[in-house]
Amino acid sequence: MANNLQEKILEVKNLKTYFHTDAGVVKAVDGVNFDLKRGETLGIVGETGSGKSITALTILGLIPIPPGKVESGEIIFEGQDLLKCKISNLKHFRGNRISMIFQDPMTSLNPVFNIGNQLIEAIQAHQNLSKKQSYDKALELLDMVGISDRKKRMKSYPHEFSGGMRQRAMIAMAIANSPSILIADEPTTALDVTIQAQILELIDGLKKKTNSSVILITHDLGVIAKYAERVMVMYAGKPVEFASVNDIFYRPLHPYNLGLIGSVSKLNEEKKERLKPIKGTPPSLIDLPKGCTFALRCKFAIKPCWDSFPPTIEEEQNHFVACFRAKEFLNGSLKRE
Amino acid sequence: MKSEDTVLLEVKNLKKYFYLRTGFFFNKTAGSIKAVDNINFFIRRGETFGLVGESGCGKSTAARLILRLIQPTSGEIFYKGKNILTLKRSQMFKYRKEIQIIFQDPYASLSPRMTIGDIVSEPLEVHRIGDKNSRIKEIKHTLKIVGLNPEHVNRYPHEFSGGQRQRVGIARALILQPELIICDEPVSALDVSVQAQILNLMIDLQKEFNLTYLFIAHDLSVVKYVSNRIGVMYLGKIVEVAPAEDLYKKPLHPYTMGLLSAIPIPDPDLEKQRQRIILPGDVPSPINPPSGCRFHPRCPNAQDICSKQEPELKNYPENGNNHFAACFFAGKPINN
Repeated sequence: MANNLQEKILEVKNLKTYFHTDAGVVKAVDGVNFDLKRGETLGIVGETGSGKSITALTILGLIPIPPGKVESGEIIFEGQDLLKCKISNLKHFRGNRISMIFQDPMTSLNPVFNIGNQLIEAIQAHQNLSKKQSYDKALELLDMVGISDRKKRMKSYPHEFSGGMRQRAMIAMAIANSPSILIADEPTTALDVTIQAQILELIDGLKKKTNSSVILITHDLGVIAKYAERVMVMYAGKPVEFASVNDIFYRPLHPYNLGLIGSVSKLNEEKKERLKPIKGTPPSLIDLPKGCTFALRCKFAIKPCWDSFPPTIEEEQNHFVACFRAKEFLNGSLKRE
Repeated sequence: MKSEDTVLLEVKNLKKYFYLRTGFFFNKTAGSIKAVDNINFFIRRGETFGLVGESGCGKSTAARLILRLIQPTSGEIFYKGKNILTLKRSQMFKYRKEIQIIFQDPYASLSPRMTIGDIVSEPLEVHRIGDKNSRIKEIKHTLKIVGLNPEHVNRYPHEFSGGQRQRVGIARALILQPELIICDEPVSALDVSVQAQILNLMIDLQKEFNLTYLFIAHDLSVVKYVSNRIGVMYLGKIVEVAPAEDLYKKPLHPYTMGLLSAIPIPDPDLEKQRQRIILPGDVPSPINPPSGCRFHPRCPNAQDICSKQEPELKNYPENGNNHFAACFFAGKPINN
């Protein structure tokens, strides 16, 4: 079983997704590498425009082409490269083996069909079940996601649901075909704090029950600390640090990650310490600086940072960083202050 | 303790009900939404009072009432000892100059057709302060204070990032040299790294100009960072008021406990040890709020009395000075 846990079920290699717009080429995802193991939760953190959602959409083949285009890369799932799949084949994976929970449940549900209809549609798209069987399966799903009064709820429309319940319905749809990968793209951003906690617990519980893997995309470092096992930090389309959750928080090696941790106020701290924000704002993805994309905002930037983007290096075991100065952080010659 | 000269704003028994109209001419009243239902609080000069709660709890309605953008159903709002609800239009004008607001969404709150110079100078024009030249000087000065380049006065909002736009919003609130600024979720639309910049700026401005803030947010970690005292709202009621440290150290109301516990802390080891309280269910509809204590259907500590009687906001001096809570079992720990 231990061996099984280490099994890679998804591998993304050198993925590049660009958007060709009138204003220029937007390098939304620019060289993303990661792998996902069975049963793990991989967190992807980053700010608006860092490419975390586009990475997820590319995996599912949901990028609008044009203007979007997958320039290069491989997405290997169950021995197949999803990028080389025909659309008809891709349908076998999408919503079935890999499914997604979107950020805003109101816009992702269809307002003119009731919840039951939408659930049954998701089931029948991939499973050869009769109407009655699908209906029973849908009821079972609603039970799994903690919606009570199920028979009545099957006939309800999305507007009759509260935000939290809509997200539960979305999750029911996502797990309808017992996928092996669940991609949750900011699943709780649109929800209230107490509901957020409920939904995240639900996703985590379902993951453990079905031994599936979760890619959790969020900008909330607290959520990452609680649920993720490994974390990829993205900045301006590129992954800058990729490590276990403990390394990300306790031994950060990339200045951006360092800055993110300094930017959030912690509920547990007794004293009110002044936040240490990162200066400036993220660059436009159309004309990125030549060197490191973070150099402009980085207080540790040195000359090579302006010339080329640093290569991603495994500085410690399973701790990947793209920064020229990571070694100095590691051996202590450069303070993380 | 509070005394007349230190209290800048006091809200007493404030109520705002929105009536639901039905019928062909919308002439029948079908019920009411008790958006703000009998709230009391005060803000001292120079302090930051945080008002926290989930969506629909009435915190933004409270802000609009204080600005008198909407008329309350009943209650009183005292500003510098004067009840502003009795002020005439001309007197209100002066009061409006002293109270400003920073809005949540810097994309929606700046007109895309106006340059940022126009946006920031509009309050000066409305209040007929200065002439053209002195205004321009004042605008440039204010832009500099909030960390924007004064050379950018002729640019339009779309040329700025979210954080910079929020700085424009702050400059607009600041230019009239107000006493009280109502901040309605000023950072919730911004990215984490930019949030910290704006929060630090607001704290610096407060020190420099001796500003008083009413800081509205749904995020307890942000509120903790800026506030001196905090009020927690649930379904139109204030359920707990306390100095910030006391509220976080020893929350008395089960809703506050749940709210605090729901927020994951960015520290993996701590997070793994932490016992979390997950409050069940949704926030009920304010049209038909639960009887007795409005929180009782979701409360893990609820007893019979909670559904029958409404608890009053009472002082619990043993838990820090001026720690108020509205709960029959205040301070009782929650066992999951």
